[in-house]
Amino acid sequence: MNEKFAPELLESKCEIVECVMEQLEHMEENLRRARKGDLKVSIHRMEMERIRYVLSSYLRCRLTKIEKFFPHVLEKEKTRREGESSSLSPEEFAFAKEYMANTETYLKNVALKHMPPNLQKVDLLRSVPKPDLDSYVFLRVKERQENILVEPETDEQRDYVIDLEEGSQHLIRYKTIAPLVASGAVQLI
Amino acid sequence: MFCEKAMELVRELHRAPEGQLPAFNEDGLRQVLEEMKALYEQNQSDVNEAKSGGRGDLIPTIKFRHCSLLRNRRCTVAYLYDRLLRIRALRWEYGSVLPNALRFHMSAEEMEWFNHYKKSLATYMRSLGGDEGLDITQDMKPPKSLYIEHFLPRWKCEQLIRQGILEHVLS
Repeated sequence: MNEKFAPELLESKCEIVECVMEQLEHMEENLRRARKGDLKVSIHRMEMERIRYVLSSYLRCRLTKIEKFFPHVLEKEKTRREGESSSLSPEEFAFAKEYMANTETYLKNVALKHMPPNLQKVDLLRSVPKPDLDSYVFLRVKERQENILVEPETDEQRDYVIDLEEGSQHLIRYKTIAPLVASGAVQLI
Repeated sequence: MFCEKAMELVRELHRAPEGQLPAFNEDGLRQVLEEMKALYEQNQSDVNEAKSGGRGDLIPTIKFRHCSLLRNRRCTVAYLYDRLLRIRALRWEYGSVLPNALRFHMSAEEMEWFNHYKKSLATYMRSLGGDEGLDITQDMKPPKSLYIEHFLPRWKCEQLIRQGILEHVLS
């Protein structure tokens, strides 16, 4: 899934998560009512396990990124404009805030408050590394794109423009195609 | 030389392989904080000298001490934060109950951080829909088979296996 390969936290997809959870519940209920020993039961159970694995994996991936980049994730949410979609579900947002408060309190009590007065504030936005949007990702093109501007990496290169054909695969800097991931025009692989 | 103790803290963690948590070096931390206090006080008095006594020649020393103070802080925070990351990994590896050996290596404050983290995670997982939510610390590997020996469904056993209570017997 896109979330696994993207270096930053992608848009929150609450509705899909909820939908999948509901389906899992229905399947669970159906299985409880079904006859024991029915072959269908085993197959459905396998399917449920698979779905549960994919869902857990997705949510775990998101949580890992939230914890890894917590000051930046929270800052992004704070400066989000009205109408712009959020990268965090409300529950993830609560979790992120608690994580930040927990960590800040810990550092303050164990070390910072024992330090000289002018050194007691640490700017976590500067200390904690940001997601590396320049990292390279593999992608497959789902919808044809024209005139994608590729910015140069070094000073000697110049920007150039490429077209992305449907079905083609590329290795490219994440930053260049980030909006295409969000719109669904490309799939990270 | 200044910052030696702070560097030692960092090196201690650098030497410990991922997933391992060495004992909390309370002594080391205390020494770094003491060094910072001494540096700061020396700087305070030098700054006063420089301002009132016109001792501009003290300024390089003041700057140097300030750099040492910043380095000490950076090493300290790095040490503490890296330990938190290792402790966080323990929750995902061992579940909510940590093996005793590891608990003895944690400071009281680290334990408190861990308890808050556990609670936060539990609240989040409960909120994931349905009556009980979704335990995402399970299902860490893609399912290959449904049942394991003794017909205990796999999803009940995973965490017990990791805690060492159960053993997965492969026929």
